[in-house]
Amino acid sequence: MAKPANTDPAEWVDRYGDYLFRYAMLRLRDRSTAEDLVQETFLAAFKDYGSFSGKSSESTWLVGILKHKIIDHFRRQSREAPLGEKDLREHPDPSSFDGSGHWTSGPADWGGNPADLYREKKFLDQLTKCLSGLSPNLANAFTLREIEGADTGEICKVLNVTETNLWVILHRARMLLRRCLEANWFEKSSKKGS
Amino acid sequence: MLSCKDVTQLISESMDASLPIGKRIGVRLHLLICKFCLRYKRQLLLIRETARHLAASEEPYGSPTGEPLSVGAKERIRESLANP
Repeated sequence: MAKPANTDPAEWVDRYGDYLFRYAMLRLRDRSTAEDLVQETFLAAFKDYGSFSGKSSESTWLVGILKHKIIDHFRRQSREAPLGEKDLREHPDPSSFDGSGHWTSGPADWGGNPADLYREKKFLDQLTKCLSGLSPNLANAFTLREIEGADTGEICKVLNVTETNLWVILHRARMLLRRCLEANWFEKSSKKGS
Repeated sequence: MLSCKDVTQLISESMDASLPIGKRIGVRLHLLICKFCLRYKRQLLLIRETARHLAASEEPYGSPTGEPLSVGAKERIRESLANP
């Protein structure tokens, strides 16, 4: 079977570099790690070009390699800095609730039509910023679940946690992201409006 | 009785697994009378929607939101490919 003509790796960098980098940045939130993994992806693809069947597109093939590298990176990170007991026990946002577990002031009304929000670039940027502010274990779990759309069984294996602990981690991540978005986006935009 | 604090945990859990029937009913009843927890749930679902939208926008033909690979990094990668 004839191989696709595009085997010039220098051309790959121009053609797929930005796409792979953005893909990596969204999931890793760190420029130098993202650059390294994109470089490793190109190198692995270059060495392994013989195994590229041409059944999928080159970009799909490349992103598949990158995805594996990102998951390996998450696996390594959770091994090096496993979640502490404290991370799991302490409430992520204690001031939101009173002693009997009722809301103190409650989540704010985000107003407008929230269904349109995710189309706003600034809101998307704010979410990635808030995600970067989480500890790596929380951010990685959220990324795998909500950006990657992985199921919880898979995520438990990558992060080496039990399912019960993963639920706690995701609960913490979502609660902290919600609070961060409220503090940085909605309060600002409501002030703008007044 | 479930407190709001319990319900927020269960709302998150219900986004990852189906809750046992007792808890599911408890949450549903709570959401009927608690506007804050209902709001909380809607906001978490909006965050989920936004994360998915972000993933989709990075697809090759999407409208990417992040910065491109820097010129310097491209140069480095090209060099490493030329001398693997």
